[in-house]
Amino acid sequence: MNAREVHSPSGRAGLFKRVWKNRMLYLMLLIPLVILILFRYVPMYGVQIAFRNYQPSRSIWESEWVGLKYVFNFFHSYNFWNIITNTLVLGLYGIATFPCALILAICVNYLRNKKFQKFVQTVSYLPHFITMVVMCSIILQLFDAKTGLFNALMGLFGVPARNYMGIPSAFKHIYIWTSVWQDIGYASIIYIAALAGISPELHEAATIDGATLLKRIWHVDLPALLPTICVLLIMRCGSLLNVGYEKVFLLQNPMNQTASEVVNTYVYKQGLTSGLPQYSSATAIGLFVSVINMIILILVNRLSGVISGNSLW
Amino acid sequence: MLTKTSTRHKNRIRPCLQDRIVLRLDEILMALFALIIAYPLLFVVFSSFEGQVSTLSLNILPKKWSLEGYKAVFEYHWIWIGYRNSIFYTLFGTLTGLAFCVLAAYPLSQPNLDGRKFFMGLFVFTMYFSGGLIPTYLTMRDYGMLDSVWALLLPGAANVYNMIIMRTYFSTQIPRELKEASELDGCGEIRYLLQIVLPLSVPMLMVVGLYFAVGIWNSYFDAMIYMSTRSKMPLSIFLRDILILNNNSDMAAMMDPDAIASFQERQNVMKYALIMVSSVPMFLLYPFVQRYFIKGVMIGSVKG
Repeated sequence: MNAREVHSPSGRAGLFKRVWKNRMLYLMLLIPLVILILFRYVPMYGVQIAFRNYQPSRSIWESEWVGLKYVFNFFHSYNFWNIITNTLVLGLYGIATFPCALILAICVNYLRNKKFQKFVQTVSYLPHFITMVVMCSIILQLFDAKTGLFNALMGLFGVPARNYMGIPSAFKHIYIWTSVWQDIGYASIIYIAALAGISPELHEAATIDGATLLKRIWHVDLPALLPTICVLLIMRCGSLLNVGYEKVFLLQNPMNQTASEVVNTYVYKQGLTSGLPQYSSATAIGLFVSVINMIILILVNRLSGVISGNSLW
Repeated sequence: MLTKTSTRHKNRIRPCLQDRIVLRLDEILMALFALIIAYPLLFVVFSSFEGQVSTLSLNILPKKWSLEGYKAVFEYHWIWIGYRNSIFYTLFGTLTGLAFCVLAAYPLSQPNLDGRKFFMGLFVFTMYFSGGLIPTYLTMRDYGMLDSVWALLLPGAANVYNMIIMRTYFSTQIPRELKEASELDGCGEIRYLLQIVLPLSVPMLMVVGLYFAVGIWNSYFDAMIYMSTRSKMPLSIFLRDILILNNNSDMAAMMDPDAIASFQERQNVMKYALIMVSSVPMFLLYPFVQRYFIKGVMIGSVKG
């Protein structure tokens, strides 16, 4: 107790003393802090153009305040419901495939042949390391009407070859299941690590009590994984509307646009590629989605805390 | 005698019939799963050696082996410019990213730092909320960073997730006694960081470095919005032009429709070869990377 008091004197004078003693640490911290402020916090300050009629020729402060005009404009735009529906469908569908990685982890965990186990794991991580551009190109090739592997497979069942990338109703399935294909192995690592941490004695005790394998998975493994599942699920829900636009953007074409236009791609087009950039409007839409995401994250986090006792903060 | 049998039983409890069926089903399922993951990839690999115009077929072996595709790729000079740029961005982006992480993570891992919670809050907040695409773009424009190499190096360095992994490592894996001992010996903060903490953190530096490297090598969106000079573009932009958009600047220069037609045919042959050539660095790294990625995921999952 005495020694601790000597090392960290309390009170105002003590604070200055400690800060001065740690001045090198603060100097170190200053560099990343400056980068953080310049590239993360300054853009946040710029978010206010969502509420102003910002023109590139004027500064932010000179632009007139218009309040929520652009958010309401977005609500009333002709493709508002289409965009929101697409975003929600892709987001919710993605969350629905959340258990896939969990199931894979359990399946891999119970493989008896360790070499085979290692092989399955190695193969399953592989697609994660492919560049998104290349991945999307592979997807386009696989679903090609003339040479695609998928059409060849469907041909076995007598389904005629089709150009699936041009069918709006097929877009969500292609988007979601190729994502599962690409990320399932990588997403399962964290569960496999957690499964390895379960004490074998629990399993032994359960086996002696006559529990079958399926029962042990249900009563031993799943409860042990629950905290991990909750945290990952909360994070996932927090980006519900933040559908990965890089991939959507690359897979989008004029034919499937009615199903593939999501908020993020719309913001990009409105703000940066149209002949007359709508900076304020695009920012307002982006901010609207950020706020909704934030609210969902907080709600789900609270809910999870109440139901299962697991939460992010 | 009794103890002998009971220990043998403990080591090898024979699974009941239901369990054996389940385990066998599991093996079949996983073999099928590996096939589903690997088959499309093998399809791409073999297609890159295909000499004929391919048709609908599940058979992935080429009907005629040929290196035409690779020849076309090697003759397309923009690919090599892209390659050079991507290597540059990946190398320096990783270094600036690591510098950011170490310089933030080390002070924040010291329990006696006043205001630690506040600074940490500043970092973590940016994980949940950001200015969004347009304000970020306008900020970069105001800094005069459009079409500048810095636009691809600096903002990406501020990766808070990687910083937190690093901090968790520093505060859990580096014994506090080392710090006290070196302080007694008169070792300053910077020397302690450089000569003691960093050498002890090589595995973690590898993990975070690889996170950065893979992320930068794979990204295209930032380059697409910030860069306009073609000779500064990373590989992914050229890949997108050819693989996704089916166009490239050389085509516009051709007036003759026949030349364009033959060029497009060539481009189709080239696609699979291009996918292979651009993925080579990652696949060469893969066996080494894989181990570190798993380690990183495990450390990242420790709540810090």
